[in-house]
This record gives sequence, structure tokens and C-alpha cells, in this order.
Amino acid sequence: MTQRLPPQPGEWIDRSRTIEFVFEGKTYPAFVGDTVSSALWAMGERVLGRSFKYHRPRGILSHANQDVNVMLEDGTRTNLRGDVLPVEAGMVLKAVNRLGSVERDFYAVLDWLSPFLPVGFYYKTFHRPKALFPFWEGVIRRMAGLGALSPHAPRSETTKRHAYCDVLVVGAGPAGLSAALTASQGGARVILVDENPRIGGTLSYDHGGEKHALDTLRALQARIANEANIRVCVNTTALGYYADHLVPLACPNGLEKVRASKVIIASGAFEQPAVFRNNDLPGVMLGSAAQRLIHRYAVKPCERAVVLAGHDLARRVTLDLIAAGVEIAAYVELRETADCRWAEQRGIPVYRGYCVYEAYGKKSVEGVEVCLWDGQGRADVTRKHRIACDGVVMSVGWAPAAALLYQSGCQMRFDETRQQFLPARLAEGIYAAGRVNGNFGLEAALADGERAARNALGLAIGSDRVDDAGYSHPWPIIDHPRGKNFIDFDEDLQLEDFANAIQESFDNIELLKRFTTVGMGPSQGKHSNMNAIRVLSRIRNQPIAEVGTTTSRPFFHPVPLGLLAGRSFDPERLTPLHAWHLAHEATWVSLGGWQRPAFYGSDRASAIVDEVMAVRTAAGLIDLSTLGKFEIRGPQAGLFLERFYTGHYQNQAIGSTRYAMLLDETGVMVDDGIVARLAEDFYYVTASTSNAAAVYREMTRCQQIWGLDATIINLTGSYGALNLAGPLAPQILAALLSKHRLERLNGAEQLEIAGVVCRLLHVRFVSEIAYEIHAPARAMLALWEAIHSEGAPHGLKPFGIEAQRVLRLEMGHFIIGHDTDGLTHPFEVGLDWALAHDKPDYLGYRSLRILKRKPLKKRLVGFTLTQPPDVLPDECCLVLRDGAIVGRVTSIAHSPTLNRTIGLAYVAAEDAVPGATFVIRHQHGMDILATVVPRPFVGEAR
Amino acid sequence: MKLLNCPINGLRPLSEFAYGGEVREPPLETSDAQWVDYLFNRNGAPGIKREWWYHVPSGTWFIAERDTGSDQVIKTYLWGEV
Repeated sequence: MTQRLPPQPGEWIDRSRTIEFVFEGKTYPAFVGDTVSSALWAMGERVLGRSFKYHRPRGILSHANQDVNVMLEDGTRTNLRGDVLPVEAGMVLKAVNRLGSVERDFYAVLDWLSPFLPVGFYYKTFHRPKALFPFWEGVIRRMAGLGALSPHAPRSETTKRHAYCDVLVVGAGPAGLSAALTASQGGARVILVDENPRIGGTLSYDHGGEKHALDTLRALQARIANEANIRVCVNTTALGYYADHLVPLACPNGLEKVRASKVIIASGAFEQPAVFRNNDLPGVMLGSAAQRLIHRYAVKPCERAVVLAGHDLARRVTLDLIAAGVEIAAYVELRETADCRWAEQRGIPVYRGYCVYEAYGKKSVEGVEVCLWDGQGRADVTRKHRIACDGVVMSVGWAPAAALLYQSGCQMRFDETRQQFLPARLAEGIYAAGRVNGNFGLEAALADGERAARNALGLAIGSDRVDDAGYSHPWPIIDHPRGKNFIDFDEDLQLEDFANAIQESFDNIELLKRFTTVGMGPSQGKHSNMNAIRVLSRIRNQPIAEVGTTTSRPFFHPVPLGLLAGRSFDPERLTPLHAWHLAHEATWVSLGGWQRPAFYGSDRASAIVDEVMAVRTAAGLIDLSTLGKFEIRGPQAGLFLERFYTGHYQNQAIGSTRYAMLLDETGVMVDDGIVARLAEDFYYVTASTSNAAAVYREMTRCQQIWGLDATIINLTGSYGALNLAGPLAPQILAALLSKHRLERLNGAEQLEIAGVVCRLLHVRFVSEIAYEIHAPARAMLALWEAIHSEGAPHGLKPFGIEAQRVLRLEMGHFIIGHDTDGLTHPFEVGLDWALAHDKPDYLGYRSLRILKRKPLKKRLVGFTLTQPPDVLPDECCLVLRDGAIVGRVTSIAHSPTLNRTIGLAYVAAEDAVPGATFVIRHQHGMDILATVVPRPFVGEAR
Repeated sequence: MKLLNCPINGLRPLSEFAYGGEVREPPLETSDAQWVDYLFNRNGAPGIKREWWYHVPSGTWFIAERDTGSDQVIKTYLWGEV
């Protein structure tokens, strides 16, 4: 049995190419261009899926990407919608959410139990007793879930692109096509987007039994093809609207983010179902769905149809059905006053002022009962007419596809005459055209598109044109004592569910949505929100304008996560010595965006000990190219530094180094570094790796505000640095110096090492004797290799971050951000000496004056463990005093030099004296006794 | 994503910018209580705020006047200009 029609003009299928696919274990033929639903429908299948809650059989409703009860999986992908999924040769598909098959779904027993499953049933039932909830959760998830993810799905690589245009037109129906043409002819670069595989929108299916729409479409297609300024994107969904006209597009092969100067939204409208008993039976479908089946896929929707009319477009639907050879069993017109003479003249039995009281049939429609009704939901059941049919075609109203308009900040008003939300005030640069703007007729839509484009180009300031066709029925909802009159097909919500929810005082649209879950299914209310608002409005006795709508958020349509995730982009910074470290088997660590050697070799523990001992007994070399490096030049460079850092710099001797500490306004320590004065008006400043960018940023902001005669130059990337440390460092360095004598090397100076002009700073961070040598990045490798080959015979080893951490701990130095936090001020770490009190204002000074007067609660001290446990306490283990938390461990390590455990911790201020003991709560629960010891822990002098 | 008009580089996407906090003039001679109030109490009421913004690729600091109620940037200019 096939319901394929003879070739239809403009059809989307390619009859020369027949393919086969498998659905639910059975093989079906199809044409290239068919969707799964159209191919199955053509072969007479009616049950294409099962509903979410009651597992009722479902068929085609919209055939417009909202048939969420026909969800399929193909083994790798899931929740594919049958109404839009193109058939491919050899596809093997099955429906999601059923036990057995769609024809015989054992979960369908739920349909019989539905009187016991009212709205909110799950919320109220399964949480007591609590212990049983995990059991019920498993049962419910199995029964109520949609498709299952396949863990074996192949990894998909999708692209992300950016695009720019003058005018973005969303929707390629008559209004969108006309807008794109007008904009392009006005000189604009246009991107035209449509989710369908072909442009045309309603022109491709709403023919009203005539040729006019198709002729118009062909003419527009030809003109669009001739416009070089228009880029047409089909199979592409505009996912949402973001600030300043950024619209992400879900394209077949990836995500494209379009930034447009103007956006014309011609996204059309969603046809809305009527609500009557069994309005979900397969065979009951929207008028536009029937028209799509006929004109796009040449499939006869049914043999004998009852048309349920409530909208002017019902006439065009009926004429299309007749042209396709469908017998019209009855034309049931909800509006008593509608003009139905055109139907009577064609000999169609007209039931004016009637409603469809209920549909009946086992797995698909076998007939309907129609009754007179009062237009308000109540049917006169004393005189029922039974009409046999195999299809019910509903054409009662439309709701605007206004998601993007809402997201752009458009204010909508409810037009009582048209029974539609229409744009009242559009956001800047946004224009609405076509059905979303209330223009349903073809000529009106074309004119509206042109008008919107002229507005967008600034050629016209026109009022929005709204034609006088397209009035939706205000109440296409028919009561039935036995229910099963569905408002939301995604979530199986019946009319009575709403009354119950409102009675339980979920009577605000946002509450109603969350309690009933209306509009929260995969179609996001595209066919249910309008009727839900109508029901709430009636029960609350409030106008629809006051009931309002729920918030519309991106995305407009479900998006595969792969499209959003795409490829990851994590840029890494490499030092000028990266290749050398690589060749010497560095184990890497990522720090502040940089790739740095943690240690050399692969055995962490022994590498760290070897590297530490080399620095203590001979020499070590570490790459410090990641440090922040700045030059401050100018007559007021010293003054600038004094206002920026806590110390004195104007009286600093040329050729010396000083500590630099940066505070924020509240007196909290932000960063520290070294200031070297290299000439009268020339300072060289370092900052820690992780704060380099922030310190430079703050320097430039302060400089802009202060307006001092000084210039800041950021050398962080263009300069490299290394540290040569250890007792043999002077000897190694001396061999490489051309003319300098070694004794002078205790401050800062510019000199030539191994033929490279460097800046040398004496910095006692990891060792008493240590030279920081800074040089242009391109010279770093030569410098490093010269020092390494000079020092290696004497026992010099390169060392990494891990050894550096141990070495500085042995020296008793803290690291800002590691041993301090966002509340630590200098008094707590014993840095009083670094604070000038005799200079005018500097950053944090005012707050220090307050902090200085306050008694200290905690202080940072060095400690040692006399009886260390097998597993050392972690950093961040708490320090307790009389059972109360007073501080925490910030650094802890085994010192290879001293062969004992040392660390830094915050302790109560009164315990911050050498010899005092305090308690550390170990991560395994026991208390460990620690002893405060003076810093530094080591020193070559000792 | 929003666009922001850098006074030097023109209209650029927000991802190129870093927020630098509200422009707040520290009070000069104050009591401790007034200073602490300045440090820790911010006015979060929606309205037009002057904010520091930083164009990261070019290192440009500038001021944006933004209506925090509507998230509309009213104007941008360099410090010291109006």
C-alpha cells in the first residue's frame, strides 16, 4: 500500500533515485529527498513513535522539526527527529523510548494507568520513604527517558567560524526572500538563513490548490541566484540572539557566529493544534503538515479527511487536500460566523459552529465525533455526529516564532483581534517581517519583507504593515470528561493537568511551566505555550497580555554538544629555551600559561634531590624567562616606583637592587619582585610569572592617572632570564666575563657574558649566591649553553620549578599567591621592613596605617617537624590551637640539604617565636606537633 | 558577545577587553571609617557607571560610561578626556 502521489510540481524528492532503509527491523523504500517520516507515511505506516509519559502511539503532527514524539536513533546518534531527518541509503533506525517496538510498546500500559498519574505525580510520590528513591529513580529514568547515548559514537570534528554581514535575514520564506533581495539591491552584504533544505518557506507548501505560490517562488529563486551579495545558508538554524547582533548559526558542518549590522527576523509562525480528546492519534495533523507532505514529498496525508477549521488558512489547506485527491469527509468550522459558501459550492459537508468532540481509533484515526459547541470549550453532546475518516487536519491558529525577537529585547503586545503576540517595540537594528509580524497573506508578506529591508538600510521609516488575514481562533480547546485532550505532546499534558496545577496555586505562567513542565520538552513549547497561556488566562480570568509569556532563552532549537564543544584551543607560551629543555628530557608543568620544566628526567623524587643538592654543593641553572620584566625610564621613573611599590627607589644607588612589593588599596599583598637601578633615569623591574600581565596593566593605568614623566616598557616576552645559583656560580661566571672583575658583582649592572649583553641582578631567592641574568630572548640559548658547558664539568645541573620551590623554602622565602592569599597583609608575613613610612602616599598606604594599629591574629613562621609521619601533611592542612583553627600550612617539603622536614605555616601571633610548638591537623586525621624555627632554614654562611 | 568601542582601536569584540572596575576617586583626608567605607562598600544600584576597561592586545586603558540597568555603553574615552 503506497500513498505516494503522482509527481507534484516543486516536490523535494528525486524520483530517479530509490533507496532503502530499515526502521524498527523492517525495510522500507524511499526517494532521495524524503524524510524518514514522509517515507514511512508514504508506505502507510502510522505509528512512528511513542509519547514520553503514557507511551501512546504518535504519528506526524507538524512535519516541521517539532515532531518530538518521532525520535529515532541510528546506533551512534540519538534523538533524531523523523520529520526532518533525510533518509540515507542503508540507514538502520529504531524509535527511542519504547519497550518492544513502536507497534507493540509494553510501556503502553501507562496509558491505562494515567488517571493515577496526575500532574506533579512524580514530585509527590517517590520521595518517601527516602531509601527507596534510588530504586524508583532508576525505573522512572528507564521508562521516561528519551534516547540513550552511545559510548561508541565516533568522535566528530566540527568547525567554528565567524562571519560578518550588513544584513542577516533569518527565515527564507516570502518575507525573508523579499527582504534579502531588497537589502542586496540596496548594496548590503546579506546572509539569508533557513533551517529547511530549500528556501521558500510557506511558498513551498501553502499553495491553496493554485500555481501562484510556486510561480512566485520560482521567480524569487531566480532573482536570489543572480544576487552576488546574498549568501544563502540552508539546513542552518539561527540558534539565538546575543548582544550587539551576534547570531550563532548551527550549520551542517559546524557553528558559525555571525555579526550583523542589522538583523531582519522573518522566522514565520508555528501552526498550533486544536485540543480535543485523542487529538494525538496518528492521522491527526496540522494543516501545514498535510500541505508539506503533499507538495514537498508527494505523499497523500490520508484518503478521507475531516478538516477542523478555525483560521482563514483552513480554506487553502482544504483546496490543497482536494487537489491531492483527498476526499473531504467534513469541514468542521469552529467559528459560527465564518463564510463557508466556497466549501458548500464544492459539495463538501460543512459543519459550521461545530467542534471535533473527540477522535477515535485504535492505532490511528478511524473517525471523529463532531458536536455543536458554544465557541468556549463546551460541546452540545446531545447530538453527536459520527464521521468516519482516516485523517483529521487541523487549521485553527498560529503562534509567532518570536524567540529571537524576545531575546533581542523586543517588547511584544498581544493583539486580541489576531489572537497573536506581535512586536510592539523592536530593539535597535532589529526588524520583523512576515508572519512573525502578523502578515499572513502572500502579498502582505512580500511587501513586509521589502519594507523591513528598506527600514534596515535607512531608506524608509515606515510603520509595520499588518494585513487583515490570519486571525487565530481564541479558544481551540474542547472539554471532555474523559480527558486525553493534549495541550503538550512532548510531555503528555492534558487540559485537566493545567486546571489541577492552577488549583494547587501554580497560577503564574513561570510556575505553571515548571510544575506541569509545559514547554519544557524538546519542542520547547512551540506548539503548546500559546494554548497553555490561554488556559491560564481563562482560569485566572486575566487578559492574555497580563498573563504574559515565559522567558525565551537561547538556544532556539536543541544543539548537538559537539557543535558547541568543537576543538579546544589552549594556547601555551614557550620560553626561548624550550627546545633545550625538550632535548634534556624535561618533565613539563603548565604555570601561568607557560610550559616550564618541573624537573629534568622522569624520576621525580630523585631528580628533585639531585637538582637541589647541585645548587647547594656546586651550581644550578634555571630558566626564568617567564618572569615579568619591565623598564621604567624617565626623570620621574623613581617617583613612579615609589608611588607604585612600598619601598624607596629615588635614593637607590645606581647599580643596586631593592625588593619591590605591590599592595592593593586594602593593603593586601599582590605581587613582589626586584627593582634594579641601571642608570639615573633607568630602572629595570621584575614581577612574578603569574602576575606579570596584571602588574604591567596596573602600572600603565597608574601612569595614565598620575601623568608622571616616565615611560613603562614591557619586556616580558622580548627578554629571557636565567638564574645561576650555588657556591660555584661566581667561578663559572668569572670564566665567561670579558672585562669585569667578579668582586663587583653584588648588585645590578649591564655587562657582557659570553659575548651577550646582559643585565645581571644579584637575587638571593634560591641561594645566598645567585645571579639572575636577563638578556634578549634571541640570545638566551647561546648564553644558557655557554654557562651550562662552562659549569657542567664543575657539577652544574639545570633545575626545574620543583627544585626551585624546595630551594626557596630552605631559604625561608614565601611566594605571594602560594604562601599568601587574598587577605594577607605585609605585617602577617613579617615584611614590616619593606614598608616605607616616611614617603607620601603609595598604593595601600592608607590601609596599612589602619592595619598597623590592629593586633595581629596570625603570622607566617618557619617550622620543622621533629617526628615527621610517613606521609607529610599536605599544604593547606589546618593549624589548631586549643581545638580552634588559627592558621594553615602553606608550604611543606623534605629538605635534602638538612635532611629534615621544613615548612611555612600561619600560626597564632603569640606562637610566632622560635621554639614554640603548635599542632597541625594531618589530612588523615591525626594531630602532628611542629616547632617554630628561625628562617632561613639554611645558608651557605652556616 | 558585546562590542566595545576602544577610543584608539574602534569597535572590537568584548573578548579583547578586560574589565578594570568602577572609576572611584579615593577620598583624600578621611577618618578610618570613611576609608573603610570607600574600600568595601560599593553601590550596586543600576544606573550610569564610569568604568575602567582595558584593550588587551594594544594595552589601552580607557573609560566607558555604561548604564548597568540596560547594559548599554553610552560613551568611551581616554582618561582625562570627557
